[in-house]
Amino acid sequence: MSALRRLRRNFVVLAGLGTLAYLVLPNVIVTVFSFNKPNGRFNYEWQRFSTDAWTDPCGVADLCGSLSLSLRIAVWATIGATVLGTMIAFALARYRFRARSAVSTLIFLPMAMPEVVMAASLATLFLNMGISFGFWTILIAHVMFCLSFVVTAVKARVMSMDPRLEQAAQDLYATPLQTFLRVTLPIAAPGIAAGALLSFALSFDDFIITNFNAGSTVTFPMFVWGAAQRGTPVQINVIGTAMFAIAVLCVLVGQLVGRRKRRS
Amino acid sequence: MTATAPAVGTSGTDVRLSGISKRYGAFTAVHPLDLAIPGGSFFALLGASGCGKTTTLRMIAGLEAPSTGSIELGGQDVTALPPHKRPVNTVFQSYALFPHLDIYENVAFGLRRRGIKSVKKQVEEMLDLVQLGDFARRKPHQLSGGQQQRVALARALINHPQVLLLDEPLGALDLKLRRQMQLELKRIQTEVGITFVHVTHDQEEAMTMADTVAVMNGGRVEQLGAPADLYETPRTTFVANFLGTSNLITADVLGTSGDDILLRASDTKLTLPATRCTTDARAGGKLLVGIRPEKITLTHADDAGTIPDGRNRIAGRIADSSFIGVSTQYVVDSAVSAGLSVYEQNIERDSRLVPGAEVVLHWNPGHSFGLDAAQSLEAGTDAGEGT
Amino acid sequence: MTTSTAPAPETPATPPAVARAARRRRRVPYWLLLPGILWLLVFFAAPLVYQASTSVQTGSLEEGFKVTWHFATYADALSEYYPQFLRSVAYAATATVLCLVLGYPLAYLIAFKAGRWRNLLMILVIAPFFTSFLIRTLAWKTILSDNGLVVSTLNSLHVLDVTGALGVTEGHRVLATPLAVVCGLTYNFLPFMILPLYTSLERIDPRLHEAAGDLYARPVTTFRKVTFPLSMPGVVAGTLLTFIPAAGDYINAELLGSTDQKMIGNVIQSQFLRVLDYPTAAALSFILMAAILAMVTVYIRKSGTEDLV
Repeated sequence: MSALRRLRRNFVVLAGLGTLAYLVLPNVIVTVFSFNKPNGRFNYEWQRFSTDAWTDPCGVADLCGSLSLSLRIAVWATIGATVLGTMIAFALARYRFRARSAVSTLIFLPMAMPEVVMAASLATLFLNMGISFGFWTILIAHVMFCLSFVVTAVKARVMSMDPRLEQAAQDLYATPLQTFLRVTLPIAAPGIAAGALLSFALSFDDFIITNFNAGSTVTFPMFVWGAAQRGTPVQINVIGTAMFAIAVLCVLVGQLVGRRKRRS
Repeated sequence: MTATAPAVGTSGTDVRLSGISKRYGAFTAVHPLDLAIPGGSFFALLGASGCGKTTTLRMIAGLEAPSTGSIELGGQDVTALPPHKRPVNTVFQSYALFPHLDIYENVAFGLRRRGIKSVKKQVEEMLDLVQLGDFARRKPHQLSGGQQQRVALARALINHPQVLLLDEPLGALDLKLRRQMQLELKRIQTEVGITFVHVTHDQEEAMTMADTVAVMNGGRVEQLGAPADLYETPRTTFVANFLGTSNLITADVLGTSGDDILLRASDTKLTLPATRCTTDARAGGKLLVGIRPEKITLTHADDAGTIPDGRNRIAGRIADSSFIGVSTQYVVDSAVSAGLSVYEQNIERDSRLVPGAEVVLHWNPGHSFGLDAAQSLEAGTDAGEGT
Repeated sequence: MTTSTAPAPETPATPPAVARAARRRRRVPYWLLLPGILWLLVFFAAPLVYQASTSVQTGSLEEGFKVTWHFATYADALSEYYPQFLRSVAYAATATVLCLVLGYPLAYLIAFKAGRWRNLLMILVIAPFFTSFLIRTLAWKTILSDNGLVVSTLNSLHVLDVTGALGVTEGHRVLATPLAVVCGLTYNFLPFMILPLYTSLERIDPRLHEAAGDLYARPVTTFRKVTFPLSMPGVVAGTLLTFIPAAGDYINAELLGSTDQKMIGNVIQSQFLRVLDYPTAAALSFILMAAILAMVTVYIRKSGTEDLV
């Protein structure tokens, strides 16, 4: 009876941790299987422990090439989407202008549209224009779908910012440019950083839109997709594990730095 | 940038507003307004929210462009100058301290923007002046409200502005701290001699600090003058009600006798010195007679004979009384007017003065004031509570 | 009324410099908007128009396509691929409900009960994002493999007999069944449910729980009458962020399902990239877009949170 009651009282905790396990389990599998030595071409069943893949992560043809291509695209897409998106966010948060609701709708629609629809229609445009698929078409597509997310993140931050701060700067002899650089930008920075980070993650990980607009160019997700058909090298798991580790490390370091800053 | 730097040590620059107004579409926030603020004075713009006082202040700061009119500072037309080129500084409502900069950098902000390289000495002196020397490297959110308020003041004053603008600077503080800061602000103003323009909705704050108060209502200045003049001789019912409390009695003008106006309200005869009436008093017309609650003496009806001659008197019955400490506040109903309020000092309390008691209210006619009867009796009554 | 407020009949007009600055300021937002909006118009809006025209074209790859207002493509596409459409909606709806049921306790846990563990739990929710989701989806092939722990446990508990009878699994396996695809969809979009839920739950003042308890509400009643209604914006945002991408997804069906689990995304992808039948692909995407926009509009109206946009 008391065990049952304890179960009921801690229901939320147990259910929540169960969901967390569901979320994290695949990452555990990816990590574990990065030390596997599969018998065939597919890395789905555990055979025996090996560090071969870790000592030779680029040992598979095209894998590291696709990885560096994905990184390059993600960096440029992040820069493009962050600059354009931040400008739009400032216009929406700070100014009154005509066609405001039309602009808001145009920003919202890409987020409410299944990726496959955007992917197919953009590819149709490129086909009709006779533009050959490759690096540039991928980059154009990525900037397009990251843009809305940057606008949303930055706009929220700028909206919550007290407009009196900018007025105070002007009152204290800052020119409009100085006001922007010394006050507006530093305060909006967390929102811009969040938008940029999201863009990077979305672009780096995108498959569907890239699938339609890449032609024969192979990004990292496309490499994994192809591998799922032809045979999955263990190196994929190595890259996946390393990415996970780097991300967690970055977050932890960021938190430590933040905490030390707060303490001093 | 040199042109924008205000001359250090300049004090007492006068501010002249000529016909400035502000319209937002069909809404007029400030009606064309002429205002001359003498140099070195502590000037308060007093009014309820939405009366146009903050808009007026922001137009002086350059944060709002006037729809019409011009603004002069010390004889120089600054209407077209952007805020960063005006020799004025503002203490903002809720301070607007830069959250990403520490206290030191907040205070140094204005100096740095004007290209001054060595700010250390000035900033430290200024922080000492506001007693925040130990907090230089804290971030604004780590300070209390009162400390933030002083940072905002230091950040503005370090620039030696010709005019300091204060937008509800004490609004976010609790009552005790507010009282303390009122005196502090007044002291600093006397010390530096800079013209202060202070916006507030708190009539007590305005009267405590300012040399001159402009009471604003609906985008217009209702009355302008020294606090005591405004209080003793309000010219409109709005001012009478907004500054403190007034009993307003509608009365018929019977005629004049010497320097006095003779009036009748219900069956009661009242007199009012003609000099204390700001409107035409024609026999057969109507007039509002105002009297502050603390000027009225309350005497029990049994002792009515002891009241000296020459005083205005009204008979009534106590409807309610509440003990405040320094005084007791009574609400008295009479045939003349219901709900007259009377404040009696708690010196010698008459134990017969309880609800239901028949009393006579009496006061020196020289303490009453006469107003145009064509105004709302209620104007300004609850506006004082507004934020 | 008083000497200080003169109506001033000949008030000086606004100085030209002020007017010029105001005009310049009015133009600023348009310059800020221009590049980004142009980008979206050219690479998002214009393609949709192009696609609309493609969907009513006929022709072949060799001879080229021409607009012939051939609306029959829509009818043909619908009659041929309606099972995939229905399946997409069913899978996406199931995954969305599962995401809500699984995600809510975790979001609640992080928002109200995690204390000093809050940051760690948040990191664990977000961190999987940083491993390519294709790799993580492939991991499910291992987890659900026929000889794996999960399947053998389910088998020994005879769960798969039950699910088999319900038609969500087949034989004694999970892979290549609807269960596997829905499981993958749920997994992939779970963070998109948890984050908005957490955001709206975190805003709720914990004192409201105490107030409800003080007013004689049992914990379950408190949840039903106070917490859940206040988290509605998060629920609506989360379900939209889950349902929309899930309905158009083809990765889970491709990697975890068989030909019997193909969703509409798979059809569009193969029509476009393999069969090269652009009109059919365009018509199918248009139907999918219209269906989703219609459903989303109705849903937002019904749930009464139109301020999401």
